[in-house]
Amino acid sequence: MQPFKKLTSTAVPLPIEDVDTDQIIPARFLKATTREGFGENLFRDWRYDKLNHPREDFVLNSPAYSGEILVAGANFGCGSSREHAAWAIYDYGFKAVVSSYFADIFKGNALNNGLLPVTVSPQVLDEIFRTIEGNPAARFTIDLEAQTFTNEETGTSTHFDIDEYKKTCLINGYDDIDFLLSQREKIEAFEAQREEH
Amino acid sequence: MPTLFDKVWDAHVVTSVPGGAQVLYIDKHLIHEVTSPQAFNGLRQRGIPIFRRDRIVATADHNVPTKDQDKPIAEPLSRKQVNMLTSNCEEFGVELYGLGHPYQGIVHVIGPELGITRPGITLVCGDSHTSTHGAFGAIAFGIGTSQVEQVMATQCVLMEKPKKMRISVDGELQPGVTAKDIILYVISRLGTGGGTGHFVEYAGTAIQGLSMEGRMTICNMSIEMGARGGLIAPDDTTFDYMKGREFAPQGADWDAAVEYWRTLPTDTDATFDSEYHFRAEDIPPMITYGTNPGMGMGVTERIPTESEIHGQATLKKSMEYMGLELGNKMEGMPIDYVFIGSCTNSRIEDLRLAAGLIKGKKVHENVTGIVVPGSQQVARQAIAEGLDRIFTDAGFEFRGAGCSACLGMNEDKIPAGRYCVSTSNRNFEGRQGPGARTILASPLTAAAAAVSGWIVDVRKLN
Ligand code: SF4
Repeated sequence: MQPFKKLTSTAVPLPIEDVDTDQIIPARFLKATTREGFGENLFRDWRYDKLNHPREDFVLNSPAYSGEILVAGANFGCGSSREHAAWAIYDYGFKAVVSSYFADIFKGNALNNGLLPVTVSPQVLDEIFRTIEGNPAARFTIDLEAQTFTNEETGTSTHFDIDEYKKTCLINGYDDIDFLLSQREKIEAFEAQREEH
Repeated sequence: MPTLFDKVWDAHVVTSVPGGAQVLYIDKHLIHEVTSPQAFNGLRQRGIPIFRRDRIVATADHNVPTKDQDKPIAEPLSRKQVNMLTSNCEEFGVELYGLGHPYQGIVHVIGPELGITRPGITLVCGDSHTSTHGAFGAIAFGIGTSQVEQVMATQCVLMEKPKKMRISVDGELQPGVTAKDIILYVISRLGTGGGTGHFVEYAGTAIQGLSMEGRMTICNMSIEMGARGGLIAPDDTTFDYMKGREFAPQGADWDAAVEYWRTLPTDTDATFDSEYHFRAEDIPPMITYGTNPGMGMGVTERIPTESEIHGQATLKKSMEYMGLELGNKMEGMPIDYVFIGSCTNSRIEDLRLAAGLIKGKKVHENVTGIVVPGSQQVARQAIAEGLDRIFTDAGFEFRGAGCSACLGMNEDKIPAGRYCVSTSNRNFEGRQGPGARTILASPLTAAAAAVSGWIVDVRKLN
């Protein structure tokens, strides 16, 4: 996993609520058996029409918007547990997603892949959307160490929460699996002492 | 004063990590072809085996064709993925109920019917509808592929203990109202994010009065309100369902297990982080009008003109996709497809319910009706009871087991622009195929739509 420390970038706005994992990566693209290449089909049915032509009205096809930060409406990533959704976003080139809240499984999947979910208040989210609307080239800084999200355009900075353990993992690029493997003795001791039904 | 959830969770904590997460021991791990290949690759790269092979079971369900299941899979990518599951299971020594096996089926249908799912256990699967198994009083939840690999390697996941919610439904259900209507009603009230961060316990007399199939339908859709999972206290209904199943405990082990399971229900003085109460009498047969499961209403109601739950931009987009107008009724609206299947409603009781309504009637000439049993066992049972004939005589197709048109990963798709009344759990844009328009409903309401040709209130049908 790639470490995440600090990022300054422009952002891509997606002011839609309840963006589900079937939109992020439709099921018919889940047949691959590796983790790579899903970015091509990120938001496939919003990005391309039936004839596979890019839809001009979709934000990823607009030359005005680019960057490593995706900003989306509330309840981002609801639906399926497919980690392919996090892989697709990351593979496309995003390093962080900002929303007022995330679906639980998506959030976990993102964190396990070095994609940082940043939760901000609905007011801050609105302000970010307004800033980008006013200036698509507006820049934002996410400082994981300091746990701050800064709107460089307005200068306002907000704190965001993240689990202490997950923060350490992201900063260092550690996977949960390394940690869990280090706990093998405890796991075996747990198995030995329990009574199962 | 622990709740059912506390009792099961706390009994599985191996250790706690600074910051709040806990290492949670997993008793049963179910895997399928779509979310496991990358996990097996991970193990291979690390050069490590599966830690506890007796705790993992595999099946092929998402991708498998529902026609000609005895022949090689025609679609090359699906075939590759399903074959990869077979070779991975061989290489790592995992029990596989693959295509052609008498136990094959949707992972959330086979776990309970084989007696793998039990009260008091922790169970995970790389699939969000793992919440289904909570109907037995188990902690069951969906995980991502990285976690699938973690459980393969260590039999544990790392997770913060979720918050607790209780949803009570008391009273008597109206005729024509099923478990599916209860959960669609609850989600329409709480919204798709209403359960985020929580595990939900369903309680109350209307829930206790449900069969195991009904309870599974309820827990199945917990994820549709954003909850990590749902669970229901085990009782005699649970034990009667389980007794004698393939992998359920036998003899003295059974008695000891039941004794333990009886200690699991939530203590009377236990408290929850949030509680909701609903009256069973208030619940009508439900349908959805929009593109998430929270956009539901009574079948005779009008689509709301504004919603406090959803953003206006989202609602507008959703109406455009569905080709519907805010404020309109859907009752009487012509439909094109009816799909009876998925891990929500493809168990024997669901098929009995639908067949009971369909018997002696014909599927409307403008409607294509498909029935996909949840497992080979369900299919065999349906055939033994003659349900398949009832469906085929009426003009339904009766297919082989799998996820099918629930997610449109195989060739079972609904064409763009067409309306499908579906007993599945998600009406997301494109879920049943690009451009497909899904209306979620119970097996009764779906069957009624199939024979009528349009959306109909099953209570008004003779
Ligand atoms: S039936 Fe549908 S919801 Fe259930 S596991 Fe299969 S794809 Fe997922």
